[in-house]
Amino acid sequence: MSANDFWAEGEPVFDKAAPDGPVETRWERRKFSAKLVNPANRRKLTVIVVGTGLAGGSAAATLAEAGYRVKSYCYQDSPRRAHSIAAQGGINAAKNYRNDGDSVYRLFYDTVKGGDFRARESNVYRLAQVSVNIIDQCVAQGVPFAREYGGLLDNRSFGGTQVSRTFYARGQTGQQLLLGAYQALERQIGLGNVEMNARHEMLELIIVDGKARGIVVRDMVTGEITTEFADAVVLASGGYGNVFFLSTNAKGCNVTASWRAHRKGALFANPCYTQIHPTCIPESGSHQSKLTLMSESLRNDGRVWVPKNAADCQKPAGEIAEEDRDYYLERIYPSFGNLVPRDIASRAAKNVCDEGRGVGPGGLGVYLDFADAIKRLGRKAVEAKYGNLFEMYERITGEDPYETPMRIYPAVHYTMGGLWVDYDLQSTIPGLFVVGEANFSDHGANRLGASALMQGLADGYFVLPNTISNYLAAGPFPAVQATDAPVVEARKEVEDRIAKFLSIDGDRTVDSFHRELGQIMWEYCGMERTEEGLTKAIGLIRALKEEFWTRVKVPGKGEELNQNLEKAGRVADFIELGELMCIDALHRRESCGGHFRAESQTPDGEALRHDDEFSYAAAWEYFGADGKPVLHKEDLNFEYVHPSTRSYK
Amino acid sequence: MDIKVRVWRQASPSAAGKMVTYDVKGISPDASFLEMIDVLNETLILSGDDPIAFDHDCREGICGMCSMVINGVAHGPEKATTTCQLHMRKFSDGDVIDVEPWRAAAFPVIKDLVVDRTAFDKIIQAGGYITAPTGTAPDAHATPVPKKDADAAFEAATCIGCGACVAACPNGSSMLFTAAKIAHLGLMPQGQPERDSRVIDMLQAQDDAGFGGCTNAGECTTVCPKGIPLSLIGRLNSDYRKAVSKR
Repeated sequence: MSANDFWAEGEPVFDKAAPDGPVETRWERRKFSAKLVNPANRRKLTVIVVGTGLAGGSAAATLAEAGYRVKSYCYQDSPRRAHSIAAQGGINAAKNYRNDGDSVYRLFYDTVKGGDFRARESNVYRLAQVSVNIIDQCVAQGVPFAREYGGLLDNRSFGGTQVSRTFYARGQTGQQLLLGAYQALERQIGLGNVEMNARHEMLELIIVDGKARGIVVRDMVTGEITTEFADAVVLASGGYGNVFFLSTNAKGCNVTASWRAHRKGALFANPCYTQIHPTCIPESGSHQSKLTLMSESLRNDGRVWVPKNAADCQKPAGEIAEEDRDYYLERIYPSFGNLVPRDIASRAAKNVCDEGRGVGPGGLGVYLDFADAIKRLGRKAVEAKYGNLFEMYERITGEDPYETPMRIYPAVHYTMGGLWVDYDLQSTIPGLFVVGEANFSDHGANRLGASALMQGLADGYFVLPNTISNYLAAGPFPAVQATDAPVVEARKEVEDRIAKFLSIDGDRTVDSFHRELGQIMWEYCGMERTEEGLTKAIGLIRALKEEFWTRVKVPGKGEELNQNLEKAGRVADFIELGELMCIDALHRRESCGGHFRAESQTPDGEALRHDDEFSYAAAWEYFGADGKPVLHKEDLNFEYVHPSTRSYK
Repeated sequence: MDIKVRVWRQASPSAAGKMVTYDVKGISPDASFLEMIDVLNETLILSGDDPIAFDHDCREGICGMCSMVINGVAHGPEKATTTCQLHMRKFSDGDVIDVEPWRAAAFPVIKDLVVDRTAFDKIIQAGGYITAPTGTAPDAHATPVPKKDADAAFEAATCIGCGACVAACPNGSSMLFTAAKIAHLGLMPQGQPERDSRVIDMLQAQDDAGFGGCTNAGECTTVCPKGIPLSLIGRLNSDYRKAVSKR
């Protein structure tokens, strides 16, 4: 595949904000070298924060506490509903409360290795460092973490690690952490330091004199389009897993804020790195609107298996004798067993199903069996740990997991790619910062379990508030007016686009396009990718795009609550993103983390990286709707954790 | 399954609303209630009708956005279940199902089944937090919390802020919502310094937001998808009396 067919190659991109020297002191030194803003001047500076999840909520609250004026936006009816709320399992922190050999260095090491050597060492080390502050902060806010009888915090081990460093609140850790951030944010709203705009959607970025200075938003209740200005803009708008239509993301999760920024010049890095979570509830039919994750903490006590013989797949699980069961993770990966990282567990499930040994409707499922755990620990103990997850499973499937094993199958869950940012979390557009899942920075090609909550809160509470001051110190910047040419132009783009959606009046619904896009992405850019499949997918997506813009039917008007109009904008952006994801996956002729290229595997079917050729972050520049994206490489250097083959055998 | 749904249609906050009947044919019992509405909306769009507006997001029972009164019951017939987690297998072929929005003075209808719940955020703003600005926290193990208290605080903190309690209450009271937050924070040692001001300020805020008074009807806890118990309202009242007596 030559670059010329689908993309062009540009100059490398560098992270100029990253300090060098010993990794242990880089964050300290960066904080010290960053310019500060005098407390009296902070109230003259306005920061827009888009999104109110763990990263956005904590950033908005913390910036307001520091004295900046904050304007916060979310598409939901309340900031408390951001999808961080659905995170179940836990949050990692290098507290070493278990005395089991954990440390900042070990968390750093595990995260770089778990990311398959495609993340920056500086960022990951900082993440591990501030992880300990996050737990302190959350406890001070009253987050009711699980505790032991002595009153101290409980921990558990979580997918892919050999120490117990995961803090949790039953199976609702994300909810509890988000409520902590939300309550801090509401406090600042009540104090008048944050202007909250719920049910508002960012539809365009405003750039004036080369700096991000505002956004165009649509009031989702009245349909009114307004332009909002600030000295800096922070995107905390989450990941793009919904490009697959079916994912564990909330229905409203979308890439529009990030994609609009990308179209305006922000580089988009590693879009093909998608995490497929191994333990989700399988699809039940064509009505399926989303997939539900079962926390992978279940793999601590559940044993994954399928029948040894395809002929047994139709039998009820209870009728399959012990010796006829294949506990394939324990068999293939004896040292990690059921706790292998997500990408490995997912692909192993796909492989056994491809062999015809899957269970449940369509043969797309494997068993996650708690019979042994119930025998060993008692039903009560299992209920205490996983009660709410078992209930949720029963509600959705109508089956009782205490009696029959759960059926699980992989589903898209998290996206490691995102807008490219430097060490300061600033994108390639000055004044545009990106935090949480929306950026690409810390997880490399694969994220470890319980690390998303850690990164979201690290960015929002501790990193961004310390780095954004370096940028804001040069402000306040000259006031922007609604009549300035770039503002008028950005606003017009939004209005024209809405008018276009409403005028097509075709014969296909927005959802039908989204579903079709999702099928293409899952088939060709899902758990296993090939050159042939990706090339085909790019053609299919281009055809779909053309069809969308000629046949979509968006009912209603712009000046009202119009959920299909909202979806149309998001799907249009997902279609463009889908093409870039396939191009990124096509160009990366290696397997790493969440990206498995069938052409690049070891003789026994494991992922094969090519460090000599691909040890870089791929940052893509937008070159027009019909232009070729331009690849800018950021070379990755590993001074501490030397690239090795991940082996969990 | 073939069913009929009678849905509240209201074009805007000021427009008059009415129940409209729709046929939904061939729906799978494994579909969720919201997926049934999705399927109906697809046919409405293609036939040139306005699709039904409804709030939803995570569709896994935790974000608190979905909000339908189904056959007169907030979140429908299944105990401790949000609308999004309700499945069609709980209904029978041929059923006629009524679907309405939350109805409460403090939650005005925006469109169809979508209501405005910002009044809940106002209650939290008034005191539903612990003041702990970023960077000020001591080590997490500095203050042990008895497991019993931490577990009870967690149970109260599982409230998803959906507003079913308000929709079910004959008075449109938000007492269970407020009580859950008072209990969560009041059970933690970190929540003690603001315990008195919190309860006074939050109760004032719920009155100001237009919620009705609590008469212990108990409808709230019956429909609560997270099973927040009525006893927390007693706890709130006790906290309130103590706080007021200290004034």
